[in-house]
Amino acid sequence: MKFPIAKPGTSRRNKTGAWRSFRPVVNKKECIKCGICATFCPEGCIEIRKDGSTVDYDYCKGCGICSQECPKKCIKMVRE
Amino acid sequence: MLAGMPKKMHKDGEGIMKKTIEGSIGIAQAVRDCEPDVIACYPITPSTHIAEELDRMYTDGEVKSFIAVESEFSAISALVGGSAAGGRTFSTTSSQGLALMHEVLFTAAGMRLPIVMCVANRALSAPLNIWCDQQDSVSERDAGWLQLYCESNQEAVDAIPQAYKVAEKSMLPAMVCVDGFYLTHAVEQMDVPDKKQIAKFLPPYRPPFRLDPKKPLSFGEYAAPEHYQSFREDISKDIDKAKEEIRRANDGWGKITGRRYGNGLWEEYRCNDADYVLVAMGSFAGNAKVAADEMRKDGKKVGVLRIRSFRPFPYELGDVLAGNKGVGVFDRALSLGGVAPLFADVSASLYDSGEKPILSSFVGGLGGRDVTVFHAKNMFGKIMKGKKVSMFIE
Amino acid sequence: MEKKKEELFVSGHTACAGCGAAIAIREVMKALGPDCIIVNATGCSEIFTSKYPESAWNVPYIHANFENAAPVAAGIAKALEVKGNDHTVVACIAGDGATYDIGWGPLSGSLERNDNVLYICYDNEAYSNTGVQRSGATPFGAWTTTSQVGNKIKGKTEWKKPIADIVAAHSIPYVGVSSMAYPFDVEMKVKKAAGMKGARFILIHSTCTTGWRHKPELTVKIARLAVETGLWKVYEIEDGKEKVNIQPKFTPVEEYFKLQGRFKHLTGNDIAFIQKRINEEWGKK
Repeated sequence: MKFPIAKPGTSRRNKTGAWRSFRPVVNKKECIKCGICATFCPEGCIEIRKDGSTVDYDYCKGCGICSQECPKKCIKMVRE
Repeated sequence: MLAGMPKKMHKDGEGIMKKTIEGSIGIAQAVRDCEPDVIACYPITPSTHIAEELDRMYTDGEVKSFIAVESEFSAISALVGGSAAGGRTFSTTSSQGLALMHEVLFTAAGMRLPIVMCVANRALSAPLNIWCDQQDSVSERDAGWLQLYCESNQEAVDAIPQAYKVAEKSMLPAMVCVDGFYLTHAVEQMDVPDKKQIAKFLPPYRPPFRLDPKKPLSFGEYAAPEHYQSFREDISKDIDKAKEEIRRANDGWGKITGRRYGNGLWEEYRCNDADYVLVAMGSFAGNAKVAADEMRKDGKKVGVLRIRSFRPFPYELGDVLAGNKGVGVFDRALSLGGVAPLFADVSASLYDSGEKPILSSFVGGLGGRDVTVFHAKNMFGKIMKGKKVSMFIE
Repeated sequence: MEKKKEELFVSGHTACAGCGAAIAIREVMKALGPDCIIVNATGCSEIFTSKYPESAWNVPYIHANFENAAPVAAGIAKALEVKGNDHTVVACIAGDGATYDIGWGPLSGSLERNDNVLYICYDNEAYSNTGVQRSGATPFGAWTTTSQVGNKIKGKTEWKKPIADIVAAHSIPYVGVSSMAYPFDVEMKVKKAAGMKGARFILIHSTCTTGWRHKPELTVKIARLAVETGLWKVYEIEDGKEKVNIQPKFTPVEEYFKLQGRFKHLTGNDIAFIQKRINEEWGKK
């Protein structure tokens, strides 16, 4: 009996980082850990750690929203 | 001999609950005693009395819910949700209402949800017609729902718990089809099964998967070409396996109540030594049996084969029909542009038989036109002439 | 902890880079928490989160059809009620296509019955999933593939359906209109609605980089401009009383239009017409 049912959280197998053309690079010295980048990331792949905003490049699609919204302008979009 | 009459009455009197009530009321009572969690109905003639009785029961605290939805589409949608959340569900509809549910019928089957619905068979527009024929449910034969057709109200009230049992074992939705007005609005003396009999027969619903925050799962995923077909192959196998469950349910119910309906899939009436057999579904089969009895008195070797399970269709009945000189199939529906639907399946069942009877097609009783004992005798008369016929019954 | 809450809607989903709906859903799930059941309508969110055999959802989730999120949710809510569960929130997540158009009848019926369902619509103003066709939510003048900009007719000729007001006219306990550019507002509204019973409706303006024809990094900025210009009102209706949550700055609406390709054909007259309507809506001259 087959059901079109999937286990939870299994989309993590799909490493969407392969999509991007640009990657966000965070200047951690300037980062004030406000969390705006993490809040607005459509992928939910930014985490605010002790040393600042940290991008999970396995999933980052390179949309640039984090860079655009950062109030300190400390995230640069760099060509892959 | 009417379908469902027990050959023996139970010694201890258990199950003897003869009531003289309208078919719709009996059906509602059988549904109530199966203890559904979610009931959602939209009224449409001639299924309306079933829905109204269920609402009356809800307001009296006899059933757990009654969602008076704003369309049949929402009724079946609510049942998809209720069933996925682990509840036993029920609705009733006819004709245009069933047609409006069309998309969701396929979804419910594809999601393997054991919803049970009573269809009060009624003709489809246009022209608009509120009376009986089987076009509505027959037109949904591709959807993946089990379809049981009842000859009498007694059979209908017995079919409801059986439908739940088979649906929940096969994880497929099921329709119990009753001829509109002829059954729904007929007052018949019947043995309405009591709560104890149903409880003995039907265990509580325990689905393998359900929507539960403690065990999150994602239902109704979309399947790309590499996956979709494997789901369809799987459901094809499972709906065929349901034939065995239908047989078992018929037998199990028979042990509890004394009432059986053929082998569960079809019923043979005087077919053993018949030369000419009429195949039919629904209440007309009762008239055909009376006609057969009368003709037998005149020495005519005739019999009736009543289809109970239209889906899954028991093609093995070809073995019963093969030896006959002539077989007539009575359809109470059309498949416009092609041969009549029941005729098509019966033909398929006979294709591989060595000796093939002359196979004739009769279509009639559309839009509530009566098909009586007189008409049944006419049909027998025609097939006994030895030539293939394909015609509408007046 | 921030990370734990986020895990209800996880990475690996296949939304476009810069998708406003994905941001809206993340914000919603942070506010809803794990004790919920999500009923998703066919559309972008369903397609980018539930491709067999994977799922981006860490909560119980069901997708049935395009137009029946509301009645499916009603059936789930009823099953929970019958089983004595009065705490799990049944929430629909549906796009504007499913909500304003094809699913409107079933939604209206659900609202009238006051079904115990929290209906959340992410409004990206078109049938984005199927290639950006116009919906009842498409704003006046916008280009879509079925409201094209030709020689005779230029973009959508009808005004956007005022869905929140029509929903509020059903006298349900709560209607909230938000924007994914304002995550605290989304959180406030979702939390408030989740704590209530009965029919609740939240509308979240969600930018669509593919459909609105703009650079993906501008997703949040554009949604913010919609609110700042007064074009998208962020408000609530509770007990029939309207309360505006975010006061616009009244930036000229042209600033909003010029960032989006779907509006590039708008003439000075068109923009003035729209600006006039905004002014009237807010009681300005």
